[in-house]
Amino acid sequence: MGFKKLITSKKIQSLLAVMMLSGTGVVMAQSISTAASVTGAEKSDMWAGVAYYVLLFFVACLCIAILGKILKVYDLSQKMQGKKGINWNNIMGIACIIFLVAGLCGAVWSLTVQGSMTLPEAASAQGGAIDDMFDLTTVLTLIVFFITQIALFAFLFFYRRSDKRKAYFYPHNNTIEKIWTIIPAIVLTMLVVFGFFTWQKVMDTTPAKNDLNIDVTGHQFAWEIRYPGKDGKLGNVNFTLVTASNKLGVDYKDRNSFDDLQADTLVLPVNHSIRINLHALDVIHSFYLPHFRVQLNAVPGLPTFIKFVPTITTAEMRMKTDNPKFEYLLYCNKICGSAHYNMQRVVRVVSEPEYQDWIARQKPYLTDQLKKELKFVDAKPTDFKQVPSARLALNN
Amino acid sequence: MSTLAVHDHGVVHHEEGHEHHHKATFLNTYVFSQDHKYIAKQFLVTGIIMAFIAMSLSILFRIQLAYPDKSFPLLETLLGRFAPGGRLSADFYMSLVTIHGTIMVFFVLTAGLSGTFANLLIPLQVGARDMASPFVNMLSYWFFLTACIIMLSSFFVQKGPASGGWTIYPPLSALPKAMSGSAEGMTLWLISMVCFVASSLMGGINYVSTVLNMRTKGMDLWKMPLTVWALFLTAILGVLSFPVLVAGIVLLIFDRSFGTSFYLSDIVLNGQVQPFVGGSPILFEHLFWFLGHPEVYIVIMPAMGIASEVIAVNSRKPIFGYHAMVYSLIGITLLSFIVWGHHMFVTGMNPFLGGVFMITTLIIAVPSAVKTFNWLATLWRGNIRFTPAMLFAIGMVSFFISGGLTGIFLGNAALDINLHDTYFVVAHFHLVMGSAAIFGMLSGVYHWFPKMFRRMMDERLGYLHFWLTFIGAYLVFFPMHFMGLDGVPRRYYAFTEFESMKRWLTVNTFITWAAIVSGMAQVAFIFNFIHSIFWGKKTVQNPWDANTLEWTAPIEHIHGNWHGEIPTVYRWPYDYSKPGADEDFIPQTVPFSQTMSSNLPHDFEDNPAGLEQHTQWENARKANEQVK
Repeated sequence: MGFKKLITSKKIQSLLAVMMLSGTGVVMAQSISTAASVTGAEKSDMWAGVAYYVLLFFVACLCIAILGKILKVYDLSQKMQGKKGINWNNIMGIACIIFLVAGLCGAVWSLTVQGSMTLPEAASAQGGAIDDMFDLTTVLTLIVFFITQIALFAFLFFYRRSDKRKAYFYPHNNTIEKIWTIIPAIVLTMLVVFGFFTWQKVMDTTPAKNDLNIDVTGHQFAWEIRYPGKDGKLGNVNFTLVTASNKLGVDYKDRNSFDDLQADTLVLPVNHSIRINLHALDVIHSFYLPHFRVQLNAVPGLPTFIKFVPTITTAEMRMKTDNPKFEYLLYCNKICGSAHYNMQRVVRVVSEPEYQDWIARQKPYLTDQLKKELKFVDAKPTDFKQVPSARLALNN
Repeated sequence: MSTLAVHDHGVVHHEEGHEHHHKATFLNTYVFSQDHKYIAKQFLVTGIIMAFIAMSLSILFRIQLAYPDKSFPLLETLLGRFAPGGRLSADFYMSLVTIHGTIMVFFVLTAGLSGTFANLLIPLQVGARDMASPFVNMLSYWFFLTACIIMLSSFFVQKGPASGGWTIYPPLSALPKAMSGSAEGMTLWLISMVCFVASSLMGGINYVSTVLNMRTKGMDLWKMPLTVWALFLTAILGVLSFPVLVAGIVLLIFDRSFGTSFYLSDIVLNGQVQPFVGGSPILFEHLFWFLGHPEVYIVIMPAMGIASEVIAVNSRKPIFGYHAMVYSLIGITLLSFIVWGHHMFVTGMNPFLGGVFMITTLIIAVPSAVKTFNWLATLWRGNIRFTPAMLFAIGMVSFFISGGLTGIFLGNAALDINLHDTYFVVAHFHLVMGSAAIFGMLSGVYHWFPKMFRRMMDERLGYLHFWLTFIGAYLVFFPMHFMGLDGVPRRYYAFTEFESMKRWLTVNTFITWAAIVSGMAQVAFIFNFIHSIFWGKKTVQNPWDANTLEWTAPIEHIHGNWHGEIPTVYRWPYDYSKPGADEDFIPQTVPFSQTMSSNLPHDFEDNPAGLEQHTQWENARKANEQVK
């Protein structure tokens, strides 16, 4: 009994200590914050803030330490009375089942609430195929996710340690192992086959006559957009020709260059096949149009292209998302330097007449300044010799 | 086995030789130690320090993401020119994410994880006195430490540390003028990585040769614990893939410093035409990811091995499908060499290649699925003992499932188009290789702490550490999936420039606070770790009632691991709760002749003489029963 008294009194003592400490913590914190507001000096304010958080952390640590001691004392007292101590296996088993329930609720909440904050429906033809693929994969993986996580934590709860039971010696079962090798293999084969066809469809590179060719060039930290003129053809570029007024190094020995237009918005006619030719001047950038499910890197020295057909105009998307300010955006999605986070261009999808109207108002790339520089009147290029590219085709 | 005979022969000589020739000085015991157990501790402590540094870096950039417009005067006091006006500069933000990634992937989860547990467990679990070459082993640690110091020293150069992302794609990393981190910081990064790879190769060659040549009598490959299998295959992966990274890095050094154009072509930087012609940045990506993809398996496979061992021990059940577990590890090892292209679906690589890499990538999900199901089957009808190590092993399985499933999205070339380099990727790899691997490592630390430091860690602090970290990690990474699905790119300094991204700011604040709380939880670990080293409860020889060989070694550390002869191994390491046995575990060193009542015909598959004796004994037992 003497022991018991001692222990209970200790318990009370530690409880008192907890209360006192938390009390002083609050008081201290208050006094510090008031002191800071009185002095008003920025530095001391800063250090007071830091001290406040450090103190708060120490108080939290102390509380935990005291709680730990209380638990230990309780455990020992139970053992001294001949009872069993705290059964941590039970507590952890129950914690696992609580985590499972809470985690499932959290996952469902996240999937519904945050899931609804994701991109609206695809605004391009092949984006729809990608979205279908995505939905299929999501359904399959979510089924597996819920089954396996539930099994994991439920097993932990149901098979938590008990002295009455012995674990079931079950080293292997070839049939079961074959089943759960073959089923994932079949499911994955299905996903591979569907994925492969979707990929082929999306990366369709067959040239079509009425493709609208647009050159997009990335550099630190902007995108340059070049539209073809009336001839519908873009002139060649050569990086050695880059000057302050010829930012892209357009080659004026190529007659197609003369009527090329420059634009500061990527305006696309709806339901028209677009071919974006990507270039980069300095480092790798990534041409990313999330709403169209389009992305391709712009690599210096490796011109690439990507094709897609926009299907929803900006105006229609504004209606669908119920957001009158909605704009499609072009991001840079490959780390490219300090202003990588702000390398955007507005993309606008419009009807064919609107597009014609817009394109007619764009300025030519061949500015007066550039004409003067190239002594354009004197040296009207007549030959169509193209400068051979010195690039090695390493990757194609 | 001839090697075994030779090894046994040398035992007596070895013992005596050490008493007389090597005087144990402070320097050769604690600093330039060649003892694998001590080198393991050196790797562990260095790894933990690096992990804390990398974690602090992540908290710094999380603060920037949560409060992009707020000023924190403290940051300016601490970081000076890197945080003018109390806000991180965009360049330094990039440096933080770069160095966080580099340290975590290479210094913590490769060297800290493999280095610690391969050094500690391979000799102890296969029954060897030390590594094949203790001196090279020591060099491996010192190269690693050099790499760490060089990497951290880059915080002290004028323009700050490397900042091109941990994948350091050229031309950004190759042109010193492209961003401030590509100047001296990048040079230091490259030198540091060359040292690191040297360290990793020396370690890897040692691990492989120790496992192949120095196993004790009776320890054939199919009697090795899964930890050793995992560490062995990891070492093979590292030895085969790290040299490719060195090749890539050396060419990058040439491009940066000697005017070559391996990776550079057609470049106009800041309006100035550069003379580089004929190179290809995509070449670097191929070289990098030829290491980079095996690297993620180098990170996760030791964690898988540790989790398998810890789950079996604490479920008091044999690991389900031991052979399937080994074959799936081998499958992952082989496949991991032919999937690197899935990091490059949108680089402009030929679309046909993308299709091929998609197929190989999704195939690798099959062995991963088998492993997951086998872990679940091991838990089923177990008698689960919740030690902190067990909880962390379970956390590893949970993260591996959650993160692995999103890999099925990213491995699909068509879906990767829209998810590439978004927060979806960040969520995916932080769960499947970040959190899962670090949980495997923590599980190993809690489990083998008694072996390393001869004392026990406090369990209740371990529980606190586990739950805070486990819940915290889910809260941090789960919402990131949805940011990725909204097309939010990673490595963005601030979301404030895009109207559509502003609604994620609240989520970002939430994530930051979850990260801070789980960061604080690590204080519980570090306190527990340090306190237990000096004042923890003294351990018994086999605290977890485990079967593997390391628990037959004496508690006190001796050079050579075992007094007298190394024990002989008779059985596989997973005879837990075998029916008919008195205890619920039978160590590997117990011969079948001592456990007649629990032997099964299956135990004698390659041993006809043993099977005959077993049948005789069974018949005798049956006869006895009939008499009764």
